[in-house]
Amino acid sequence: MSEDNKSTAVDLKNLKAGGFIKERKKDLFTIRLRVPGGRLPVSRLKRIAEVAEKYCSEGMVHLSVRQSVELINVNFKDFDAVVAELGEGDQRVASCGARVRVPTACGGCEYNPNGLVDTQKTALEVDRQLFGTSTGHHKFKVGFAGCPFDCPKSATNDVGFQGAILPELANDACIGCGLCVKSCSDGAITMGDVKLPRLDACLCTWCGDCVKVCPTEAWRAAKRGYTVRIGGKWGRHPLVGTLFASFLPEEQVVDFIATVLDWYKEKAEGKGRTRLGEIIIQEGPNSLLSALRSKFPQYVVDATIPPQRIETQVGKRPG
Amino acid sequence: MKNIDLRGVSCPTNFVKAKLALELLDAGDKVEFLLDDGESVKNVPRSLKGEGHKLLALTEVDGYYVLSLEKGEE
Ligand code: SF4
Ligand code: SF4
Ligand code: SF4
Repeated sequence: MSEDNKSTAVDLKNLKAGGFIKERKKDLFTIRLRVPGGRLPVSRLKRIAEVAEKYCSEGMVHLSVRQSVELINVNFKDFDAVVAELGEGDQRVASCGARVRVPTACGGCEYNPNGLVDTQKTALEVDRQLFGTSTGHHKFKVGFAGCPFDCPKSATNDVGFQGAILPELANDACIGCGLCVKSCSDGAITMGDVKLPRLDACLCTWCGDCVKVCPTEAWRAAKRGYTVRIGGKWGRHPLVGTLFASFLPEEQVVDFIATVLDWYKEKAEGKGRTRLGEIIIQEGPNSLLSALRSKFPQYVVDATIPPQRIETQVGKRPG
Repeated sequence: MKNIDLRGVSCPTNFVKAKLALELLDAGDKVEFLLDDGESVKNVPRSLKGEGHKLLALTEVDGYYVLSLEKGEE
């Protein structure tokens, strides 16, 4: 009897908020904690450790592939205690279901020498403003890479962001040292006849290495922002997102994602549990391009291709 | 000019060695580093620039590179 009372006393509001995932064993659940951008203060880590020690019955936690900390093997009767002891508010659990998920991000420019933009700051802002927004259709993932190395594989997200710099040469400042030619991994810079580097813009991937190495600041960033690819997902039938915008300023990222979400909500109406990339393939990319162009005319590309299917060689799709 | 051979030393040890070598010099001194092609020649100059040194030139010699540099202020 007292058992029953205890179980009905579990606050179902906590459950609905998501982040509680049923495990194989009876009564055991995983509690997924939000770690936007994969960075957490040591004080929070300590608190999580204390709670985990008490409630994770096998004495283990798991780091999810999208950077969340997961308390595993937790008895559902302990939910309320876990939530209370973590301290609600700053320890909100992560979302599941047809919602905007916790954004992932690499270290970006803060301490990584390759980073070109502040991915951590953008990820936190997106998390603050859009986390948990219901899409009405399917999950919605957002990820941030600091540069074109793209360790976080941004194009496998519904909306993926990659830091970028458009280089521009101030001829007068160049001393002809040749460092930029050697630094460019894409062979986009060659040394011209008069010891002046020449940029072949179609080979450039906007990595900014030339700007970083140039001793006299002859190479400068004419533009800086995010390269945006949309419509990616992984899983059984992977899609790689395609280019929809370039050099999108960091402070327009939240509005940009919100515009994509509005388009998705409208176009996926009545189509059930379908990811954004599939909707773009059905509708054609121009519809989303023009919805975005009306709000972000400077940054949206002139034309693009639909999200690209990856042949997994297992499981043919009907039709 | 002082000449420091960093060939055969991989990243980031080559950069750390370059840093240690520079500690023995005065600001304004010039030095040459010998670097392997590939990662070394891509990473070391950029990192040294990031530390405030002045890169002067990069020359290819028989499959390796010579980076000339002037030590910056502390
Ligand atoms: S994507 Fe770029 S900035 Fe981010 S971790 Fe990788 S190399 Fe560093
Ligand atoms: S930004 Fe990167 S790819 Fe483009 S020219 Fe500079 S070094 Fe080459
Ligand atoms: S690195 Fe800068 S100074 Fe050296 S050749 Fe390139 S543009 Fe000129």
